[in-house]
Amino acid sequence: MEFGLSEEQRLLQASLSGYLNEHASLDRVRRFADNTTDKANKTEARARDIEQGLAELGVPALMIDEAHGGVGLGTLDACVVAEALGYSVTPAPFVANAVIAPLALRLAGSEAQRREWLPKLASGELVIGAALAESAGARVGAGVTASRGKLTGKSLFVLDFEADVYLVGDVAGGLTLVSKDASGLTRRRLETVDRTRPIGELVFDKTNAEPLPGASRTIVRTLLDHGRVMLAADTLGAAQAMLDKAVAYAKEREQFGRAIASFQAVKHMCAEMAAQLEPTRAFAWYAAHALDETSQDAHLTACHLKAHVSEVGGFVAKTATEVHGGMGFTDLLGLHYWFKRIGFNRQMLGSPERLREEAARQFQ
Amino acid sequence: MDLSFGPEYERFRAEVRDFIESHRHLAPNTMALRHKSVLDWQRLLIDKGYAARTIPREYGGAGLPTDILKSFIIGEEFAAARVRAGIGGQGIHMLVPTLLELGSEEQKRQFIPPTLAGEMIWCQGYSEPGAGSDLASLRTSAVLDGDEWVVNGQKIWTSTAHLADWIFCLVRTEPEAPKHRGISFMLFDMKTPGIEVRPLVDMTMERNFNEVFFTDVRVPKAQIVGARGEGWMVANTILKNERDTLADPNQAQARLNSLVELMRSETIDGVRVIDKPEFRDRLMRLQGRALANRFNDLRNLSNRLGGRADGALAQMIVKLQGTELRHDIEGLAIDVMGETGLAYGSNPYLRDKGSWQYQYMYYLGLIIGGGTSQIQKNIISERGLGMPREPRPHPA
Ligand SMILES: Cc1cc2nc3c(=O)[nH]c(=O)nc-3n(C[C@H](O)[C@H](O)[C@H](O)COP(=O)(O)OP(=O)(O)OC[C@H]3O[C@@H](n4cnc5c(N)ncnc54)[C@H](O)[C@@H]3O)c2cc1C
Repeated sequence: MEFGLSEEQRLLQASLSGYLNEHASLDRVRRFADNTTDKANKTEARARDIEQGLAELGVPALMIDEAHGGVGLGTLDACVVAEALGYSVTPAPFVANAVIAPLALRLAGSEAQRREWLPKLASGELVIGAALAESAGARVGAGVTASRGKLTGKSLFVLDFEADVYLVGDVAGGLTLVSKDASGLTRRRLETVDRTRPIGELVFDKTNAEPLPGASRTIVRTLLDHGRVMLAADTLGAAQAMLDKAVAYAKEREQFGRAIASFQAVKHMCAEMAAQLEPTRAFAWYAAHALDETSQDAHLTACHLKAHVSEVGGFVAKTATEVHGGMGFTDLLGLHYWFKRIGFNRQMLGSPERLREEAARQFQ
Repeated sequence: MDLSFGPEYERFRAEVRDFIESHRHLAPNTMALRHKSVLDWQRLLIDKGYAARTIPREYGGAGLPTDILKSFIIGEEFAAARVRAGIGGQGIHMLVPTLLELGSEEQKRQFIPPTLAGEMIWCQGYSEPGAGSDLASLRTSAVLDGDEWVVNGQKIWTSTAHLADWIFCLVRTEPEAPKHRGISFMLFDMKTPGIEVRPLVDMTMERNFNEVFFTDVRVPKAQIVGARGEGWMVANTILKNERDTLADPNQAQARLNSLVELMRSETIDGVRVIDKPEFRDRLMRLQGRALANRFNDLRNLSNRLGGRADGALAQMIVKLQGTELRHDIEGLAIDVMGETGLAYGSNPYLRDKGSWQYQYMYYLGLIIGGGTSQIQKNIISERGLGMPREPRPHPA
């Protein structure tokens, strides 16, 4: 029995963290976040430098098998990557592009489709976004129907929105690929609190789409579960970063002639964050491992993981901000980028209520 | 227990309600400072005695006798109707009560009328980079030079400083005295030479507060409220006011009503959120907390009326419970909207002008501002429960 990351996985994490520390610094994230909402200056829809760096480290190739130009690693490896990306609030596509899309092609695509798309995904030449939000609960009347190779309807909250191609889930459990330039497709970027990850809506009007022949509701659910574990791992990383920052700040900041870290109130806030956060790490590893092994409980664990980590993440986001006092509420330390990223992850692909309800179906 | 306010007050309540119904079209739909619709509305409310009710006429108020119940009813009715009960802000909520209690006659006449009218905007210069929770350690200095104070130092987190006409400020005038006794409460014009205001972006992405730098700012000697060196006491008479206005249970109730509307209109897979048991339960928990805060507020009100002595704790918990409740109400609204709850700024799916996300963050700010939750808990345990203070290495 060995419950934990392998030597390779620890190395992967370390090299990625090293890269992100240097190349996805807070200054870099800020530049990206500021540009994306500056309408006059839409120069930086994507942080291409970071995307390229991640491609060189093999991130988009991670889940793609070697025969199609990938690295051939699994969900647990991707989970380790997601945690590191969250730790640095990295403004780069990942959940849709590097996890959901390759998996969709592997599980539901034809060999010809895999040959066409996977090598380009692996090299970073192409980004695929995922329009699956409606499969996890449709809002404001959104939903997409497919009929004879054409899509009609609307999909909101598309992950990794600044993409070349979209993987679209329809109301019948089908999956299709749509080029961003397809006629009958209207794209609209949607501003959210989290400026580190672009999302948007797609409106289809008899838009040409390429079906993945093996698609099914079960496969869509598996894709969602992978997305959920990745979002949860991203929250875990972001929350860990906030805890680390809170502890460091508390040791430095003095009030009443002593470091605020020496007040039991502050220590207990930090200890409570650690106590809630630390177990989610093992939880995330297991949930990812269960997906790798297609275990019976993979779906249940994915739902619980994301619901639970979202709650813990929310607690950490609030508490770590409080430890920073007024400084936490400002933009000066940029703490809010982590706060908002955690808020974003909470809502995407199923909010805690939704996921607990799904988990409770085990008793039916 | 006698919960009836009596016929006089019920008549008064009906009057207030009538007024709101027949005038709500005049209520401003902007919060913009000095906006004509805001100033006009304020004047109307003062004329009717719904704002600045008990402040004497010579200071620009309505000059009505103190009647805590009537004031309470006004607050309740305006909040229930979701109509703004006049201008707020630190000038009206904090400075005016201070001047009424401790200001000189001249100060009252000079500052209260334009402040109530919304024509003189104030900011509160207390916190400094090194003095937040430990406010009494503030270092901004004022040295007497002839008939003027010369002020040097820096303030931070100063809300509205970039828009304010005047500042009320804590400065150290007696460097030799123990730290709580060396502070004075000073007023000065923000256009005085030597003041530099640098706006700070906060987590909502707005620029509400600022850093304020003072370099040889010259302030007339008389512009101190209370005696020299007694600024700490002066500030503390009103800090309590600030804490209460941050946690108004009527506002929480109004927000809860809006949340119910939101839950009726939002759907997931075609099902109304209000019909989903897991969300109903969360809503009911919040309603329970809101009710507790509301009745606690009534008890506090009653204590103020009757001067009872058994309610110290009930008063001390108001800011802590009230700001946490608001933060949680806003948070539930975001969950109710799910992904749409993330909408911000220019997003076309924004509900209620994006106020839920904004207030969610803003109330986290208020959990921190005006004395953090941890400081509130220190007060509750030490003053409320009589527990010993934590040891301090540097005695004050
Ligand atoms: C939205 C907002 C608006 C504001 N507006 C104004 C304004 O207009 N004018 C103004 O003067 N100020 C304003 N402030 C400042 C506010 O009053 C301070 O931020 C607050 O008092 C906390 O001080 P600090 O930021 O220095 O935090 P710190 O005092 O450094 O606190 C950091 C952490 O240490 C904890 N801590 C500190 N001391 C103790 C202790 N003894 N025991 C236990 N825990 C402790 C705190 O609870 C907090 O978690 C505003 C702040 C905010 C957030």
